[in-house]
Amino acid sequence: MENKFFIDSDELTATALEKKHRLETDPSCRIDHMKYLPGMDVIESDVCKNVMSEMESFDYSKYTAADVRRALAKSKCDIEDFKALLSPAAEPFLEQMAAKAKLETSKHFGNTVYLFTPLYIANYCENYCVYCGFNCYNKINRLKLSMEQIEHEMKIIADSGMEEILILTGESPSKSDVKYIGEACKIARKYFRMVGIEIYPVNVKDYKYLHECGVDYVTVFQETYDTDKYETLHLMGNKRIWPYRFDAQERALMGGMRGVAFSALLGLSDFRKDALASALHVYFLQRKYPYAEMSLSCPRLRPIINNDTINPLDVGEKQLCQILCAYRIFLPFVGITVSSRETAEFRNGIVKIAATKVSAGVSTGIGDHEEKYAGKEVDEDAGDEQFEISDGRSLIKMYNDISDEGLQPVFNDYIYV
Amino acid sequence: MEKDKLVIGGKEFDSRFILGSGKYSMKLIDAAIKDAGAEIITLAVRRTNTKEEENILDFIPKNVTLLPNTSGARDAKEAVRIARLARELGCGDFVKIEIMRDSKYLLPDNYETIKATEILAKEGFVVLPYMYPDLNVARELVNVGAAAVMPLASPIGSNKGLATKEFIQILIDEIDLPIIVDAGIGAPSQACEAMEMGAAAIMANTALATAGDLTLMASAFKDAINAGRKAYLAGLGRVLTRGASASDPLTGFLH
Repeated sequence: MENKFFIDSDELTATALEKKHRLETDPSCRIDHMKYLPGMDVIESDVCKNVMSEMESFDYSKYTAADVRRALAKSKCDIEDFKALLSPAAEPFLEQMAAKAKLETSKHFGNTVYLFTPLYIANYCENYCVYCGFNCYNKINRLKLSMEQIEHEMKIIADSGMEEILILTGESPSKSDVKYIGEACKIARKYFRMVGIEIYPVNVKDYKYLHECGVDYVTVFQETYDTDKYETLHLMGNKRIWPYRFDAQERALMGGMRGVAFSALLGLSDFRKDALASALHVYFLQRKYPYAEMSLSCPRLRPIINNDTINPLDVGEKQLCQILCAYRIFLPFVGITVSSRETAEFRNGIVKIAATKVSAGVSTGIGDHEEKYAGKEVDEDAGDEQFEISDGRSLIKMYNDISDEGLQPVFNDYIYV
Repeated sequence: MEKDKLVIGGKEFDSRFILGSGKYSMKLIDAAIKDAGAEIITLAVRRTNTKEEENILDFIPKNVTLLPNTSGARDAKEAVRIARLARELGCGDFVKIEIMRDSKYLLPDNYETIKATEILAKEGFVVLPYMYPDLNVARELVNVGAAAVMPLASPIGSNKGLATKEFIQILIDEIDLPIIVDAGIGAPSQACEAMEMGAAAIMANTALATAGDLTLMASAFKDAINAGRKAYLAGLGRVLTRGASASDPLTGFLH
């Protein structure tokens, strides 16, 4: 089923509605998505050029079963082998790919699986990304937690035993500015060993400030590396500027962060090309910053509030598994995170093959952890969620399930220095 | 054999198997102590920095020496900070320096390792630096106060065995400190080979952690290390490279 992204809220004013429709239908009224806006850092880097030239020349239909066999037989997977493993020709080799991926995972990570939880502190957003529940034209409950509320949420999460937190916001530099996020991170440092952020891309000096506030890991999803497609999905706001987003991880490393995470949102465009580009983004950046820690995620499109028809199109679980095995074989040293967008069954299976990190006790809404963790009704309205999750397991349940699979759940393997 | 002790920093050990910290679990530690006979257990400070109920520190018997490592450090300064933190946590004075500026192969940075070893040795730590087997670096580590030298056999976690064999042999021959082979030992036979060469001890983790039967593999390592040690002490017989040797001496004509 083709995705129908455009939904009109009956609460929008006539002027807002008109602007929305114009953005959706008339490309000429959108700003140039490849041109940096004033105030955005422009860094010297050839990473983007390298990634894009490989992606553009990637013709996955030319790979054969022989190419896949050769790739699987080699001890070191190069870019050509990786392309073969991502191609349709590799689909019949999924079991062999899984076996090889499992071996690589165990070499680098043993039997360990790391646990974390996301905490959304605000869902205001100034972007119009047509597939996202937080988009500025979507009618949802908006909320920004106060520092007291943030501390309250963090206490509840920390009491459950969690030691790693990922702090998220919608992309609103005016409603949730860098200072606000920094203050939240300072509180997080009191309760958690490891603090990561998944916020709008910022400049090097802001990453440096956030690092000083205790953050050491920055996640930015590129959504799609297909710039033409990107242009049709991100119609308004800073996020529309594709190259500024692409350089975010590099700016984060320049700002002193220990690690960075990457992903495309699978289902937005050609998933094989997006998977190739995501992994090459890691590959080329790792060559430039060999000491940095890198990880890959693999989100697929999910339904959102007011639009339950959104789906990951041709990226089924088999395709997702193929991508993750290919990632692991090509980049054996990187962390692979599988979020609660996927089902418990899929996550239980994939941690035995390629994934090294899973979220637990997840809420993608704002300020509702007490209700979720303690079963206590909250007085105030909670902010609405970014997307629907598929795996709502608590930390304890996840811990036990991972242990039952013969794996070792780990809360922390990190030190802030 | 009774007096054959491993001595590091003035402390004596009977066992020559040291458990690494890369992939840990309580089951692994248990097997390393009970079945492999380990008396030294490495632990990553970054992993002890946890609220987990099953804290590794509570699990290790008192007669086992803790060897905290500085994994996560990217330079000497960070390694020194982690080592001091380990001491504050009550891990004792032993410390294994691990400094990696490479997230892909996790190869040690020898230059930063020398710097950290010098600072920590002056502060009274018993310093065991993990290093890439380079004779000049090893000599410098001796000069700045290392208590042992820990060259890698092959990339960590790779189970590829003694890829750096020739260079480890040079360290064994030239350095008057225990040479502990660390990283890459994937099978008991490889551990045995390193011990036959004269290595003082073997550190391994992945080979055990990823074995089908953990306890059986732990005891296999113990046997292999003991066999290798005995062979080294006994003095290996000569190895003929080609053909047989003449039974009559070549110099028999000399009177």
